[in-house]
Amino acid sequence: MASNSATFVRQDMLAPQPAPLGASGASHWFRTKLFATPKDTLLTILALALLAYTVPGIINWLFIDAVWTGSDRTACATVIQGGVLPDGQSGACWAFVEAKFQQFMFGRYPADERWRPILVAVLFVILLVPMLIPKAPHKGWNALALFIILPFVSFFLLIGGFGLPHVETQLWGGLMVTLILSFFGITVSLPLGIILALGRRSQMPVIKTLCVVFIEVIRGIPLVTVLFMASVMLPLFLPDGWTFDKLLRALIGVSIFASAYMAEVIRGGLQAIPKGQFEGADSLGLSYWQKTRLIILPQAIKLVIPSIVNTFIGLFKDTSLVSIIGMFDLLGIVTLNQSDANWATPVTPVTGYIFAGFVFWLFCFGMSRYSAFMERHLDTGHKH
Amino acid sequence: MAGMALNSETPGTSKRTSSLINDPKVRGIFYQVLTLALLVLFVWTVTQNTINNLQKANIASGFGFLQGRAGFDIGQSLIAYTSDSTYGRALLVGILNTLQVAVLGIITASIIGFIVGIARLSRNWLIAKLAQVYVEFFRNIPPLLVILFWYKGVIAVLPQARESFNLPFQTYLNNRGLFVPKPIFGDGSWAIAVAFLVGIAATVLVARWAKQRQMRTGQPFHTIWTGIGLIFGLPLLTFLALGSPITFDYPVAGRFNLTGGAVLGPEFISLYLALSFYTASFIAEIVRSGIKAVPKGQTEAANALGLRSNAITRLIVLPQALRIIIPPLTSQYLNLTKNSSLAVACGFADIYAVGGTMLNQTGQAVEIVALFLAIYLSISITTAIFMNWFNAKMALVER
Repeated sequence: MASNSATFVRQDMLAPQPAPLGASGASHWFRTKLFATPKDTLLTILALALLAYTVPGIINWLFIDAVWTGSDRTACATVIQGGVLPDGQSGACWAFVEAKFQQFMFGRYPADERWRPILVAVLFVILLVPMLIPKAPHKGWNALALFIILPFVSFFLLIGGFGLPHVETQLWGGLMVTLILSFFGITVSLPLGIILALGRRSQMPVIKTLCVVFIEVIRGIPLVTVLFMASVMLPLFLPDGWTFDKLLRALIGVSIFASAYMAEVIRGGLQAIPKGQFEGADSLGLSYWQKTRLIILPQAIKLVIPSIVNTFIGLFKDTSLVSIIGMFDLLGIVTLNQSDANWATPVTPVTGYIFAGFVFWLFCFGMSRYSAFMERHLDTGHKH
Repeated sequence: MAGMALNSETPGTSKRTSSLINDPKVRGIFYQVLTLALLVLFVWTVTQNTINNLQKANIASGFGFLQGRAGFDIGQSLIAYTSDSTYGRALLVGILNTLQVAVLGIITASIIGFIVGIARLSRNWLIAKLAQVYVEFFRNIPPLLVILFWYKGVIAVLPQARESFNLPFQTYLNNRGLFVPKPIFGDGSWAIAVAFLVGIAATVLVARWAKQRQMRTGQPFHTIWTGIGLIFGLPLLTFLALGSPITFDYPVAGRFNLTGGAVLGPEFISLYLALSFYTASFIAEIVRSGIKAVPKGQTEAANALGLRSNAITRLIVLPQALRIIIPPLTSQYLNLTKNSSLAVACGFADIYAVGGTMLNQTGQAVEIVALFLAIYLSISITTAIFMNWFNAKMALVER
C-alpha cells in the first residue's frame, strides 16, 4: 500500500506553462473587450464610425485650421467677412484668446498693478500645496495661514492697503474674481454649514426650526434668485446711506447658498455616526462642544469628504452665475469681450467659450481627482 | 452616599444657581429665547429699513401691480400673450415656459443619462470609455457656459433664413431657430387624444392581467407588442376613421424668411439642449452607481436560475437599482428645474427673466422676490412629494 502510493508522489515541480494562445495579449484583449459578441462588434463599429466622423473635424477646427497669431479680427475672418482667410475656412481663433488673455485673468485690473493678484496667487499656491499633501506637517498653522491670514492679506493687497494705490472692486474681473468667489465661498460655507447641520440636529425646537427653514428655503430656490436677492434686497434692508459693494453682495449670496448645501452634506455624515459614539463621549463627561469637536465631527467629516468636494466643485461652477448680475468673472469677461468690434467674427464666441470651458474643466477635474485620492487615503477600512 | 443625600436635602443658595446654570433644560430655554430675541430684533430692523427705503423711493407695496399692463413682449409663449396683457399673465407665461423647458429637459436628460450610465458599465471598452469622456466633460463645466456656447457660439452663427439647413420632415434650421411643421387640430381631434388615453389604460389592464396569469399558470404573455399596438394603433385607427382631422402647417421658404409652421427659438433650443446634456452626465453617474450597488450575488443567482441576460437586467438588476437611483435622481430633476432659471442669460422668458423685467419696470422688489420664493418652493415641494410617494412605492418592504 505504502510503496504503491509513493509511486504517485511527484518529486519535482512542473515548469510553468505559458497561457494558452489567445487567452492573453493584444488579440485576447480585442476579442473580449471589443468584439466579444456580434452585438459588441456592431457597437464597436458604430462607435468607431462616430469617432471617425467627428474627431478629425474637431482636431482640424481646434488646431490645424485655427489661427494662432494676429492683432485683430481680420486674422480670424474669411475674405467675405472682411478678413484674410480664404472663404469656407473655419477654425478656432486662438489669437483672440492670446490678445485678451490678461483681461481673462485679471479683468480690468490696472496693468501696472497686476503683480498684486499674481503675488496673491503665488501665496495661495504656496499655502495650498502643503495643505493638500497629507504628509506635510503643521496642518493647524497651515490652515490658520490659509483660511484666516491669507484672506485678510489678500484683501489689502488687492484693494490697496500698505500704501498701495486703491483699486476698486468694479475693476476686478476674470479668473481672479472666479477664484476669489469660490475660495471665499468654500472658506465660509464649511464652518457655516457645520453650524447649520448641528442646529438642524439640535434638540432645541426654536434653533432646529430656524435651521430647517433656512436650509430648505435656500435649497429650494435657484442660485440666480439668491444672487438676485443679495443684489436687490440687501440695499433695501440696510439703513439709509449704507451701501454694500457689489462684489461683497455676490460673496454673501454665494456663501449663503453654498452653506445650505454644505449643511445637508455634513448632516449626512452626522447621521452616519453610530449612537454609541455620542453615548461614549457623554459617559466620558465631555461637554457638548468637546464631544462635537473631538469625537463626532472628525468622524463625520471624514465620511463625507467626497460629497464636500463635490459641493466645492458645484460652488466653483456656480460662481459663473454672477455674470448674470452684472459682474465680470471669467465667463462674464469672455462674453463681454466677444462684443469687442475689433475681434467680432463668427468663430470668436465659440473660441472664447472653449477657452473658458477648458479653464473651468481643469479646476473641477483637478478637484474631483484630488477627492478620489483623499477618499482612498482616508479609507481606514472601518466602513461596513 | 450619605453626604450626597445630605447635600441635596439642604441645598445652599450658591449651589442652586450653579445647578440652574448647568441644567441643560434651563440653558436650552435661555439660548432659544436669546436666539428668538435676536431674530425678532433683526427682522424688525430689516422691516423698518425696508419700509423707509420703499417710502423714499415712492414705491407702493402690495400685489396690485399684477393687474397693470405689462408693456413688454415675450418671444415664446404657450398661451395667448401680447404686450397689452397684465403682469399677472406675463408671470403665468413665465411659469409655463419654465415648466415646459423643465419637463422636456427632464425627459431628455433621463433618456441620455440612462443610456450613458449603462454604457459606462458596458463590457465593450470603447463604449465604456466614450461614456466616461462624456460624463467627465459635462460634469466639470458650468451649465451657464453650455447654454452660452449653444446660444452665442453655435446657433447665432448658423446661416440666415435664406440659407437654412433643410432637415427631414420639412424642418428648417437657421439662426432664428428650428422651424417645424405645426399641427392644426381639426374637428374631432379630441377623439384621437381620447383613443390615446384609452390605449394607455388598456395596456395597463392587459399588463396586470398578464402578470396575474403568469403567476397562476406560469404562461408568459408578451405585453410589449400588445401595448404598442394599443397605444399607437388605436389613435391611428381613430385618425383614419375620422378622415385625418389633424393637418400640418409646413414652414415654407420665402425670399427672406420662412413663413408658416411653428418655430422653436434659439433661446429655447440652447437652454433645452444645455440643461439636458449637463444634467444627463449627473444622471449617468447616479444610474451607474445604482447598478453597481446591486450585489453581484443577485446576478449570479439569476444566471444560476437560467435567466437570459436581458431578463436579468429587466427583472433582477434594474428593480433593485431603481431603489437606490430614485432619491438622488429626484434632486437632479429639481436641480434641472432650478437651473432653468439660467434662461435669463440667453433671453428665454422663464419665471426669473419675466420677474426681472417686471422688477425693472415697477421696482416692486419685495413682492417679486416673494413670488419667486413661492413659485420655486412650490415646484420643489410638489416634485419632492411626488418622488417621495414613488420612492415609498418602490422601497423594499421589510418585515
